[in-house]
Amino acid sequence: MAQTIAPPATGTAAPAPLPLKAIAPWALFVGVLMLVLLYFIGAEQGATSVMSGSDVHEWVHDGRHLLGFPCH
Amino acid sequence: MNSVTIRHLLTRGMLAGLGAGVLALVVAYLLGEPRVDAAIAFEEAHSHEHEMEVVSRGLQSTAGLATGVLLYGVALGGIAALAFCIALGRIGRFGPRATAALLSGAALLAVYLVPFLKYPANPPSVGEPDTIGKRTALYFLMMLLSVLLAVAATILGRRLAPRLGNWYATVAAGAAFGVAIGLAYAFLPAVNEVPKDFSATLLWQFRLSAIAVQLVLWTAFGLLFGHLAERVIAPERATAPAEAAPAAS
Repeated sequence: MAQTIAPPATGTAAPAPLPLKAIAPWALFVGVLMLVLLYFIGAEQGATSVMSGSDVHEWVHDGRHLLGFPCH
Repeated sequence: MNSVTIRHLLTRGMLAGLGAGVLALVVAYLLGEPRVDAAIAFEEAHSHEHEMEVVSRGLQSTAGLATGVLLYGVALGGIAALAFCIALGRIGRFGPRATAALLSGAALLAVYLVPFLKYPANPPSVGEPDTIGKRTALYFLMMLLSVLLAVAATILGRRLAPRLGNWYATVAAGAAFGVAIGLAYAFLPAVNEVPKDFSATLLWQFRLSAIAVQLVLWTAFGLLFGHLAERVIAPERATAPAEAAPAAS
């Protein structure tokens, strides 16, 4: 009898928040790294260039258009 | 212990982003690429100078597209996982799966749809090359504003919740977000650089396919990451309701 109904109490309790102090270093390093990655996909060799030439721009050209970034 | 949890969530966020990116790539290739090709055909029929191809169309539409979409998925998956770590247990009584689903919906809205409604995605041959600097700055500004306002609205909602209750606090925060975005739309300059004889149907189809890519990306991410996060946060709940068994005597 008891096996037919799953305990509903576990479904409603909110999980304990993770401490912000523990998140901060990850947010800083990984967050910045991911933003740099997004910059290279979305904007490098378009409005601004860290590297010379247009290889990056041309390679991700279709992705830039279809992901909504201004391309050229 | 907490740091381990965060690391696990982060790697799973990036993996879920990659998986969602694969599905988004399929949509981008099947729905998006025919429109990109059609737009390039328009461009070539109307331009006088012929540019040298640095990367062939065959590579741009396959390996190039895959690089862009997959890395986009991984990067946003990582950032969304960090946002998940902060949001979990702080936005109300939501478990990991529900938190991941809500976060993905919010991300689709704030990172993509809100900026898109002001500065929509454009196919090749739409957009003056001379204004790329201005357009890029405006697009990223709109995206930044939208994300910051969404975070502010979430905090506002939590502050109002004790006084108004969860439902009306959420409605009030949503309304505040809508008004703030409306003001940003009104004050930021408009960009309309569609060539006069560019097909309206093609533009519409291109933009729809761009939305489809994001819809698939964030839906897949929310479900995939929610599944993985549930196993990290509450493994006993995610696996099976076997816990109830000992009580059956």
